[in-house]
Amino acid sequence: MAKHWCLLVEDSPTMRQLIIFALKRIPGLEIVEASDGVDALKKLPGQKFDIMLTDINMPVMDGLKLISLMKNNPNYKDIPVVVITTEGGKEDRERGMALGAKSYITKPVQTTNLLKVVKEIVPGL
Amino acid sequence: MSELEDKENKSILKRGQEFLHLHQRVESFTQELLKENERLRFKAASLEQENKSLQGSVKTPPSDVLTERVRNLEQEKDELLKRYQQVEEENIDFAKRYLEIEEENNNLANLYVASFQLHSTLDFREVVQIVMEIVINLVGAEKFSLMLLDENKGDLYAVSSEGVAREKVPYIKLGEGVVGRVVQEGTGPYVAEGQKRSETTLAEPLVVIPMNIKDQVIGAIVVYTTLEQKEGFSPLDFELFNLLAGHAATALFASKLYSESERKLSTIQGFLDLLKQ
Repeated sequence: MAKHWCLLVEDSPTMRQLIIFALKRIPGLEIVEASDGVDALKKLPGQKFDIMLTDINMPVMDGLKLISLMKNNPNYKDIPVVVITTEGGKEDRERGMALGAKSYITKPVQTTNLLKVVKEIVPGL
Repeated sequence: MSELEDKENKSILKRGQEFLHLHQRVESFTQELLKENERLRFKAASLEQENKSLQGSVKTPPSDVLTERVRNLEQEKDELLKRYQQVEEENIDFAKRYLEIEEENNNLANLYVASFQLHSTLDFREVVQIVMEIVINLVGAEKFSLMLLDENKGDLYAVSSEGVAREKVPYIKLGEGVVGRVVQEGTGPYVAEGQKRSETTLAEPLVVIPMNIKDQVIGAIVVYTTLEQKEGFSPLDFELFNLLAGHAATALFASKLYSESERKLSTIQGFLDLLKQ
């Protein structure tokens, strides 16, 4: 089975574990963890990622800044981004989507929904 | 005989021979026709015989037998249709059950991760941080505080908070107000049903989760408001409340004890080092 790579950017180790535990149910999906935007930018060149899941509120560099930098970089602009955040307001959602996010999931995360979104975005999963 | 007569006779003889030859050919052809006729007549007779024997073997059943057969087949068809509908209903039932099990599985996975994280460290600050993360990410709380019991004073004080400044969270005496009463009774999580987000205050919160180890009060998780997108509490939330009530209490208590024992050990070690000198 072909491997697909996912970059998970989340500052909370508990939340990272929850998401990883859920995503492990998708066969062939490998996950790389990053604890904030800067950490994510360091890990992006190491692998050709099929999807990135990112929180918004993070220390050092937040998720919106990370998405903005990625979308302006020809090497990463095509990586589909899913925002996972506590910010459930309409404006937050619109801001995330305007930056180029493919999907916007609010916390608390419903595992079924998360898996559905990832499978829809990454072809071949 | 004259020469003319001789020629005439020869011509007649020749024509006679030609006629004889023609007659022989016609006769031969007639013989062939007769033979073919004989063969065909024999074939017709045998086919007629075969037809008769086949007609004898195929018997048309009486109409009442056919009617009975049709009725049986109709019944059989109805039974098959009923069975098909039953299987269809069973399939829908199985699909629903599958979704329920999937949901249950997801919930158990979340509880497992929460429990695993709570007991993953003996560092008090880390345990506090993990409790906060669980309440934000799994319960979906927006404003809340983690309160611990000061055993000397008998007060509950906020050790950490989210969405509200820790200093603003008032000290609460055991037995006083909603929080004090719920924690003292220690009967289980309190949820202010039907309370609107705007109606909650620091004194009248939305949820109080008392943390106990057997009869010993450790503290409480007090939720004032939930995230905008969270609509009410699900059965998983109540499972989480119960998990937090037990596991967070144990993890906080153990890490606190460990920190104190580490501190005492370091003090004793310092004394011993001093004595050696």
